[in-house]
Amino acid sequence: MIDEIQKRLLEEVADLHTVPEGAYNIRANGQMAARNTTANIDIISKPDGSGIDIRIKPGTVHESVHIPVVLSQSGLKETVYNDFYIGEGSDVVIVAGCGIDNCGNQDSEHDGIHRFYLEKNAKVKYVEKHYGAGEGTGKRILNPGTEVYMAENSVMEMEMVQIKGVDSTIRDTKAELAAGARLVVRERLMTHGAQNAVSNYVVELNGEGASADVVSRSVAKESSYQKFDSRIVGNAPCSGHTECDAIIMDQARILAVPQLEANDLDAALIHEAAIGKIAGEQIIKLMTLGLTEAEAEEQIVNGFLK
Amino acid sequence: MLELKHVSFEVSDEKEQKDIIRDISLTIDEKKFVVITGPNGGGKSTLAKLIVGIEHPTSGRIYFDGEDITDKSITERANMGISFAFQQPVRFKGIQVLDLLRMASGKRLNASDACEYLSEVGLCAKDYINREVNASLSGGELKRIEIATVLARGTRLSVFDEPEAGIDLWSFQNLIQVFERMQERTGDGSILIISHQERILNIADEIIVIGDGQIIRQGAREEVLPQLLGTASAVDVCNKFYQGGKQS
Repeated sequence: MIDEIQKRLLEEVADLHTVPEGAYNIRANGQMAARNTTANIDIISKPDGSGIDIRIKPGTVHESVHIPVVLSQSGLKETVYNDFYIGEGSDVVIVAGCGIDNCGNQDSEHDGIHRFYLEKNAKVKYVEKHYGAGEGTGKRILNPGTEVYMAENSVMEMEMVQIKGVDSTIRDTKAELAAGARLVVRERLMTHGAQNAVSNYVVELNGEGASADVVSRSVAKESSYQKFDSRIVGNAPCSGHTECDAIIMDQARILAVPQLEANDLDAALIHEAAIGKIAGEQIIKLMTLGLTEAEAEEQIVNGFLK
Repeated sequence: MLELKHVSFEVSDEKEQKDIIRDISLTIDEKKFVVITGPNGGGKSTLAKLIVGIEHPTSGRIYFDGEDITDKSITERANMGISFAFQQPVRFKGIQVLDLLRMASGKRLNASDACEYLSEVGLCAKDYINREVNASLSGGELKRIEIATVLARGTRLSVFDEPEAGIDLWSFQNLIQVFERMQERTGDGSILIISHQERILNIADEIIVIGDGQIIRQGAREEVLPQLLGTASAVDVCNKFYQGGKQS
């Protein structure tokens, strides 16, 4: 059911070489290609066919859920709603990701809307990778929407990676945190060619002791465009930090818009943003080690996005 | 091994033209430990940059092992066997110490080999191997890592620009030993160090004094060092102060 192109996409977005252990749902060209559930993790198709519900029982620890999506059919456009219900006190890893291989001349688009409901003391590590390939003129478009609702003392770590081949992305991430909840976001992005990537975050810290750390590292090459808009709202005694660190190259353009809103005297909020080209002395240093200018540039970019 | 013939380097802006290096000719033979010293602003660092290819001379030629390298790039010279330790080492976000040592050695150095280079420069290797070469490292730590990258390259000619700057006096003796061991190991290789430190001058085979873009004095340590220490003209303020302290 899964062909070679789709296998390669799965490797790129989910580090999957074989079928994963634990619960999984693999979606290929708009259809469910494979699914596995465990005693603690159930995956149910929504009755209207618009997506899946993933239900993780309270107290589930050291289990993982893989829900990769691959598209290899040119011209396919889909919007999928996946809802995650993560039970109290559980500790799980969720690996999502989407790979598009577009060899045709029609645009392929996957808009994945993920909603996470974390109960008290639940802990999630969420990894999402986006990858595009294919020689066709059709665009590869991914517009992920993520909503995170975090109950008291829950923890969510999100790692979002988009390094190659996606022509257009609008990423909208929204989070609401209750007392003691903690959200950590690490976004890594590289754009090239005429690509366009927009990333918007709105994080609301609603309970005492809630904290958020939203950090983006990105590289914009050639004539690509990136916008990073991160807004942290402190509605209680809380702490928030957001940072955008970007390398600009060639004729690329980057807009960084870190925003803070404090609605409580004890909301401690910090933002940082830096955009700059690769320092000439960094290239020179690596050239004195025997690297060519192009190799030096590649090492600096790879290190930065590691 | 290295020969400079009538090398000059000038910079010009809208207002004026300034000679940084004026008609310098010198030869560095194999198996030599040569120290270049002289007052600040005299052209020492520029001379090092001309040798490694970061700057190119306005006139004159540079030869390495008989080959004219004047028009060769930094990369080409590095691959021919010239290494350079920066006076102010560069920081890199995300690149780890191990990555940098691997790039320097030009091979997939394993962690234990990389650790040896770090231990040699006085860093407790396991604490540093996975550290990023970023702003979290102190100036002294960076400086030692910089020296370790030159050790990892193991080339025929190693050029150090003020390696002692930022290294505490406590570790200074170890630094001297690093250079001594390096020279033993490189066979017919040579080391060229820009330094103001008497203890580094003390282990030189040859000393070249540069001031105002020219060679003021050049010769074996035994000849040049007594003259240097006897006159205040060719040493900078700190050195004068240091010597004064010792005499009293």
